[in-house]
Amino acid sequence: MALVRSNALLIDFTRCIGCKECVVACLVEHGLGDDAEAVTGLSSRALTALTERDGVYVRQLCRHCLTPSCVSVCPVEAFTKTPEGPVVYDASRCMGCRYCMQACPFGIPKYEWDKPVPAVVKCDFCAARQAAGKPTACTEACPEEATVFGPRDELLAEAHRRLAEEPGRYYQHVYGESEAGGTAILFLSPVAFEDLGFRSVAGEPLPALTAAALEKIPGILSIGGAVLAGIWWITQRRDEVARAERAEEAAAHEEEDHNARS
Amino acid sequence: MLGRDGFRLPLWRGIFYLLLAIGLPLVVLRYTQGLGAVTNLTDEFPWGLWIGFDLLCGVGLAAGGFTVTAAVYIFNLKRFHPIIRPTVLTAFLGYLLVIMALLVDLGRPWNIWHPIIMWNPRSVMFEVGWCVMLYTTVLALELSGMVFERVGWKRAVSIQKAATIPLVLAGVLLSTLHQSSLGALYLIVPNKLHPLWYSPALPWIFWTSAIAAGLAMVIVESRLSSRAFGRPVEMHLLKDIARALLVALGVFAVLRTYDLVHRGVIAEVFRPSYESGMFALEFALGVLLPFVLLLSPRTRTDIRRLYPAALLAVSGFLVNRLNVSVTGLERSSGTDYVPAFSEIAISLFLVALGFGAFGLMVRYFRVYPEAAARSAAAPRAPAKPSRALAPSAGRPA
Ligand code: SF4
Ligand code: SF4
Ligand code: SF4
Repeated sequence: MALVRSNALLIDFTRCIGCKECVVACLVEHGLGDDAEAVTGLSSRALTALTERDGVYVRQLCRHCLTPSCVSVCPVEAFTKTPEGPVVYDASRCMGCRYCMQACPFGIPKYEWDKPVPAVVKCDFCAARQAAGKPTACTEACPEEATVFGPRDELLAEAHRRLAEEPGRYYQHVYGESEAGGTAILFLSPVAFEDLGFRSVAGEPLPALTAAALEKIPGILSIGGAVLAGIWWITQRRDEVARAERAEEAAAHEEEDHNARS
Repeated sequence: MLGRDGFRLPLWRGIFYLLLAIGLPLVVLRYTQGLGAVTNLTDEFPWGLWIGFDLLCGVGLAAGGFTVTAAVYIFNLKRFHPIIRPTVLTAFLGYLLVIMALLVDLGRPWNIWHPIIMWNPRSVMFEVGWCVMLYTTVLALELSGMVFERVGWKRAVSIQKAATIPLVLAGVLLSTLHQSSLGALYLIVPNKLHPLWYSPALPWIFWTSAIAAGLAMVIVESRLSSRAFGRPVEMHLLKDIARALLVALGVFAVLRTYDLVHRGVIAEVFRPSYESGMFALEFALGVLLPFVLLLSPRTRTDIRRLYPAALLAVSGFLVNRLNVSVTGLERSSGTDYVPAFSEIAISLFLVALGFGAFGLMVRYFRVYPEAAARSAAAPRAPAKPSRALAPSAGRPA
């Protein structure tokens, strides 16, 4: 995809000290309070979360996929992928089918189950800040540069540079480089990502799977319609022929009768 | 005879009003307190019983509508004409049920019309939404003749008659798209749905199994209405429907097995697990057993044998849809989903509304062909036909 200089985050778990400043900054930025201790995972009240797993601090947030499933599955285009990178959500379009939640390969979108007028909730990559030329709130808050913000191609190169420079420090994989067709959020970890609860997601973009089925619709409609109409015409013809034959026979009989009588 | 509200037996009337009495307050609760108050749905498990049962099964069971209309009008099998109206009515009510279920399940149901003006043709859900809208309209138009006839609009009746073939064509195509698109919904979750159910062939699997389920439903519906309304079972037609069902089940069994072998996951079937158990329930009890039963002509010609076989096929279909929508997704979600009491109660409430509506339609419109004959014969022997049927109708299965 020719998304020129789309933005990205590089999140390096080996640098994270677990201070949760990113979580606080995110909560504040989105008017969700400032109690990072209450955040135990992603929810409709937390767009990012920091949890510890075997001594590794793991951060969760929307990956802002390059070919996002949520955008492709939403029937009413409530989700859009902006050229700068953020995948954003417009609640006023949403009808609440929750297909986006079902389809996201990373289990990111959360729902306001307790509200009569619910919305889908997820990280918006601080789209408003980015539009104003600023980095994300979480990047700014991080004292260790465990999260850095920048163009995706640069950050990807940086990630590979770190893997090559200190092979002992890292598990040799940039999670997000190719997952689900590539994501804007890139992760580095000291241990295998599976051990941190990261799903292993195949490299091909998922929307291609449904596109294949949807492409068949015009064919089904035109060929199917033609075949059905053809069958109808044939069976109909047969009826007509039978009716005509019957009429002919009747006429023939009448003639015979007539001849016999005269 | 039917009461004013369409019920003949007090027991069913009682159950109907009981389901309404339980369901209605729960529906109110859902709209005032949010989905969380009445469902066990979670962020990990966002689709539950209302999608798995009401939507997937409701649409599938309505498939009799397009198979029977296609048989009569496209393939010119005219003798099935008498069962067209009840089957199309069943399909129409099935779709109304689906729409009502969506109004309950959607988080923002007041936006249900958005797909009309907000287009995302890349979304299977968009296709599903359009199919529901268009096919419900087609079914309503197919039934409109019955209404025009009742109110005596002769011109409208003849216009409707003239539009029959285009309507049937549109109905068959829309149904095909809709049944298969429900399967296509799950194409996007290859890493979530268990391999026993995830397949690139899901649209085909959904379509073929819906045809079988639709045919089985024609048999079930015929039997139920014969008991509810004290009318004869059209055995001379049902035995051919039974034969078609046999073929449909056979085709489905072959397709499903071929798909499992082709994808190299056939071993999963025999590896003991929660999933393989549910698969066995679906496939052995819901496909193979009714297939074997239907092989015998005695099953196909005797309603007391045919009815249980058709019921098995229908339940196999229900289990399949619930397996795709619930069982197959549980492991990857890391949670168990068991529907809440109120989810079940609201589903039953909607189904009860459907049954109630069917009764009312039979009471006030000419759904069954003999209704006209009966009222025409009224001066001579008004109650005779129904009394003659009463003993067989009252006998337990
Ligand atoms: S991670 Fe999920 S929610 Fe975020 S962009 Fe990708 S598919 Fe959409
Ligand atoms: S829940 Fe809303 S945002 Fe998600 S797919 Fe449905 S309509 Fe789109
Ligand atoms: S990018 Fe913005 S919204 Fe996303 S986690 Fe960071 S602070 Fe929160």
